[in-house]
Parts: sequence; structure tokens; C-alpha cells
Amino acid sequence: MDLLEYQGKRLLAGRGIEIPRGEVADTPEAARAAAEAIGGRVVVKAQVQIGGRGKAGGIKLAESPDEAAERASEILGMDIRGHTVRSVWIEEASAIKREYYASVTFDRAARRPLVMLSAVGGMDIEEVAATQPGALVRRHIDPLIGFQPHDARWLAYHAGIDAEAIKGVVRILGTLYDAFVSLDAMLVEINPLVLTEDGRVVALDAKVTIDNNAIGRHPELQEIGDILPEDPQERMARERGVTYVKLDGDVGILGNGAGLVMSTLDVVALAGGRPANFLDAGGGSKADEVVTALEVLLSDEKVKVLLINIFGGITRCDEVAEGLLTALDRLGATLPIVVRLDGTNEEEGRAIIAERAPDNVVVEATMLSAARRAVELAKEVA
Amino acid sequence: MSILVDASTKLVVQGITGREGAFHATRNKAYGTQVVAGVTPGKAGQDVEGIPVFNGVEDAVEATGANTAMVFVPPAFAADAILEALDSPVEVVVCITEGIPAHDMLRVYTHLQRSGKTLIGPNCPGVISPGVATVGIMPTQVFQPGRVGLVSRSGTLTYQISKELALLGIGQSTVVGIGGDPVVGSSFIDILGRFEADPDTDLVVMVGEIGGSEEENAAEFIAANMSTPVVGYVAGFQAPPGKQMGHAGAIITGSSGTAQAKKEALEAKGVRVGESPTAVAGIVKEVLGA
Repeated sequence: MDLLEYQGKRLLAGRGIEIPRGEVADTPEAARAAAEAIGGRVVVKAQVQIGGRGKAGGIKLAESPDEAAERASEILGMDIRGHTVRSVWIEEASAIKREYYASVTFDRAARRPLVMLSAVGGMDIEEVAATQPGALVRRHIDPLIGFQPHDARWLAYHAGIDAEAIKGVVRILGTLYDAFVSLDAMLVEINPLVLTEDGRVVALDAKVTIDNNAIGRHPELQEIGDILPEDPQERMARERGVTYVKLDGDVGILGNGAGLVMSTLDVVALAGGRPANFLDAGGGSKADEVVTALEVLLSDEKVKVLLINIFGGITRCDEVAEGLLTALDRLGATLPIVVRLDGTNEEEGRAIIAERAPDNVVVEATMLSAARRAVELAKEVA
Repeated sequence: MSILVDASTKLVVQGITGREGAFHATRNKAYGTQVVAGVTPGKAGQDVEGIPVFNGVEDAVEATGANTAMVFVPPAFAADAILEALDSPVEVVVCITEGIPAHDMLRVYTHLQRSGKTLIGPNCPGVISPGVATVGIMPTQVFQPGRVGLVSRSGTLTYQISKELALLGIGQSTVVGIGGDPVVGSSFIDILGRFEADPDTDLVVMVGEIGGSEEENAAEFIAANMSTPVVGYVAGFQAPPGKQMGHAGAIITGSSGTAQAKKEALEAKGVRVGESPTAVAGIVKEVLGA
């Protein structure tokens, strides 16, 4: 789960990292009121779960409350690479002397937490890493020992942090690592971390990504609430607990197991078709779960043909077949449906479909033949 | 022959009194695995279909000589269960549980490295040496004894590729599902090394997917260390960046972790990569000259 900037900042502020004073607003009027309360110059920042807001025009300076309202009305509703801006964060403008970069991430390759620090901040860190590799210092941490003060000092001195900021940066790195662990985060990033004209070290931005597997053990995050996807099918799938990713083709795909579903997408593409989605009904799919999955798929008007590819292990093919019949009965779908059932109770599953399924349902023996058939049918429909 | 799991495997099932634990412990036993003990704290003295239950792994090992543990414990408690097994005399731990928080696995992995033991999973279908023994949740009817090793990040794709091999009359020495999480106990490299050392494995099929850099690392390892031929498969060419494709580990981040990059890394080291499960089986048959 990616948090919005202000949500991440509040979590860091609660742990003692200084952030500029600010308020969240979802109307221009609220933005004006926030700017009045803060006083002086403010920055109006789009709150979206994607980077590159600045370049897209999602961050603007305002000299007065009236101007803050004006900037907010420009930014609210804006589309930033597929994300609609629904709120802005109004914060006091900081007098910046230097900009740094600090983060703690989950390094998959090393299977260790990785702390990174740079005296070059405020810009795309991947660009910094590519063009000035020496400017980004990296240190892996043993998770059983934890982040030690000497790790922080090593990072600060090697990154070339200004002398007057060293103490503040060292303290913030420690807090950042503690936040990473205690929040079950996959990423905690401050960019830029700034040294102000009056010598304070302040987090001007925050990006926090929480491990979805750990959200249940963090009541403080439940208050933040789930940020539902923009896409209507993805939203519906999330609300019903179905693993679904929308793609832009016309062959709807339902399978069991992430690997098999990904492979099905690829085989459909190899057969010359375009997958409309990724939908994993999961292990042990019962009839009800199949019905739910099909409801999500059939709500997408772009889907011309359905391909159901099941390899039963824990999942039982007869239950999948029953679920399909129930769904068709309830939803009355008439589009062509190609079904491939293999594994546990495959014969029973095929028998159920042969005896009771309507004419728009066809059964194929293999994954490859099923994919080819679905692609042919999609072309006929289109 | 086989790797990891064989006739000498003596299994203790952690979480055996749960619905899934009881079901699969019984099925593993029916396949021929020596399932000698179960563990559920507070339920010592009970039994599940004749398998005695203990309060802890250490007690179970002491009483039965178990050398392998299977973890069927819910995600919030699974890391603790793995650590308990690692701190007992058990040598191999197979964790089926899905959804263990990544930070828990970071700590477990670091401890695992110091223990010198073997962990398969989590979030995996387990291990099967067809005709001999199985530890996990694999649908056993899909597999047949043979001389091809299979290592995979995906459960259902393991079944699919084994089925394609079966259609061509090719069986397996051992099939290992290493799991689809960002941090798993054994990497492709760990398992490839075991297959290389196994005189009864003539070829290894490696089934990868998007996310991380395990396949790229495996390509380097194969070029430097393997004389046994390897045939590859990578799922997820149609996956868009930034979207998690089911598995917690299957996500393309930035420009890294794409299926295309993984396929190219493998091919650059001389590993033939099939573009579909059917094609993989065809290549295996060709390489074996069968």
C-alpha cells in the first residue's frame, strides 16, 4: 500500500522527524482557509500515489490565501499519469539552503534492508545514481542487529553532508530506520530532506509503502484507510478480495494461481490475442469465489470472450464448473466462454459443463488449444 | 534418486490439527512419506489419523527422530514456527504458508543463513520426488518418476509444465516449488546446485516469473557451475510495470524484473527458454534426445 505524501509525513512527524506545518484540503475554499491558518507563502501539492508530480505541474507556490485557492483549483481534478488528484496538501514554504536524499528500502537481491543517503537531493534519485554514482551512498543493515549510530555516521560522512547538518541527518536516519521496521514498510523515503537557512533539518516530502501482508497488525494504518484504485473493475475486485489487474485487450482471463494466470496471458498474446486482465481466483476456489470473479470480469465492457484456465490442485474442477453455471444463471452472460479444466476432479467438472452449460460455453483439452480458440472467437466477435 | 525429500525423510507437520494441516499431512502420508509427528502447542497427546501430536518441534524430534518439518501455521505465527524448526535438530524446513510479512522473513532469512540449514518457501507448493515421497500440497497425480528436475516460483505453473512433460512421456526426479514471495529460503541457485550434484537428474527445468533478479543470478550460476543442461521458462511478458501479479514477489519495479530481461539473461548464458509451457516440454524432449 502506497501512502499519500501527507499520510507518510504525519507518520514520520509522530516519530519526531520535523516536517513543515501543513494541512490537507479537497476544495479551493479549504485550501484558502489552510493557507490563512498557516500564514505567509505556502506550497500547494497534489496528493497522488505516483512520483513526478512536480514536472506534471502538481506542485505550485502561492504568495497569498487567494492565490493558494487559485492554485488548488488548478491542481484538484488534474490527471497525473492516470491518477486523479482528489486532495492537495498546503504547507508553509521553507527557506532551503541545501537538499538531500534519504531512504530505507527492502533490497530483494541482498535480502537486507538498504539505507541510502545523498547530498544531492530534490531530483529523480535514479538519475543521480546513473549520472553521479558516487553521490549516492548505500549501506546494507543486518536486520537482527538493527541500524546502529555508526552506520548513520558512516553514511552521513561518506555522502558529504554539510557539517552543520550532520547531527540532524544522523538522528533522522535512525528514526527513519525505526519507522521502516515498526511500520512494516517496504520503502520509507524523504526527498528532499532539506537543511533550512536557519539550520534545521526538515523532511519536505515523504514516500511510504507498507507491506500489504502486514497491514493487519497496524491499527494506526487502518485509520488511514484503503486507497481504492481508480479503475472501476480494479475497485470492484479489491472490495471483493479478488486478485485482479486490468489490461487493455478484449480476452478476459480467469485462472487459478498467479504463475498459471500470467502464463495464460502470455499464451493468449502468442496466439495473436490481447488479454483484457489478470484474474487469479486463488487456491481452493469454491463456487462462490468463481461467481465473484466472473462478476468482476463481466462488468468490463471491453471483454468480448472469456477464457477460463484451471489446473486443479487444491482447487476442484467440479466446484469451478458449478460456480461458472451459477454465475451464468445469475448474470445471463451470452458472450463466448472457453473453458479448460485439468487436475483434481477434472472429469466431474467437464461432465457438469457438457451436461448443463449453455451453448456459448465450449471446452478445450489443453491450455494452448483453449487460448487459440479464445483468440479466434474474439476476432469473430470484433 | 532425488533431492531434499526421499525415502529417508521423516516429517513433522507444524500446525497439524488445523484444517489444511490435517488434510495435507494425511495426503502426504498416503503418498508414502514417513509422516512421524505433528505439532500444535497445547495438544500434546492427541493424534491426527494415527500421527502423534506434540507441543513443540523439539519434543517431536526427540520422540520420533523427525528430520524434516512442514509449516502449516497461519501467517502471523509462521515466522515463529520456522524459527522453532530451525532451532531444533531438523535439517530441512518446508513452509507452505502464504502472506508472511516481509520483515518477518528478513529476520528469518538472516537467522537461516547462520544455521546452515535449508528452508523451502514460504508461499510454495512444497517438494515432490515422484513415486517416493512428497512434502507439501502438490496434486500428486500430475507427476511421474523420471530424470528431469524442476524448480519453480509458481505452484500451478509447476503442475502445468509437469503435465506437458507427462504428455511427452517425461518424468521428474524431484520437483521443488521455491515460492512466490520477495524473500524465500532457497533461491533457484540453491536448488540448481543440488540438482547438479544429483547423479539421477539429467536435465533441469527452471520456471521463473517477473520481479526481482533471481533468474538473472541463476543465469550467471548456470554458466559458471552447471554441466547438467537447464531449460528455462519465464511467465509474465504481458504484465504491466508497477502492478503486483498475484504473488507478492511478482512485480516489475522501474525497468528491472521484466520477463523479457530475464529471458535474455538466460539465453545470453546459453539456456534455451521456451515461450510457452508446451514449448518448454518440446525443448526438454529435444535436449534429452528422447
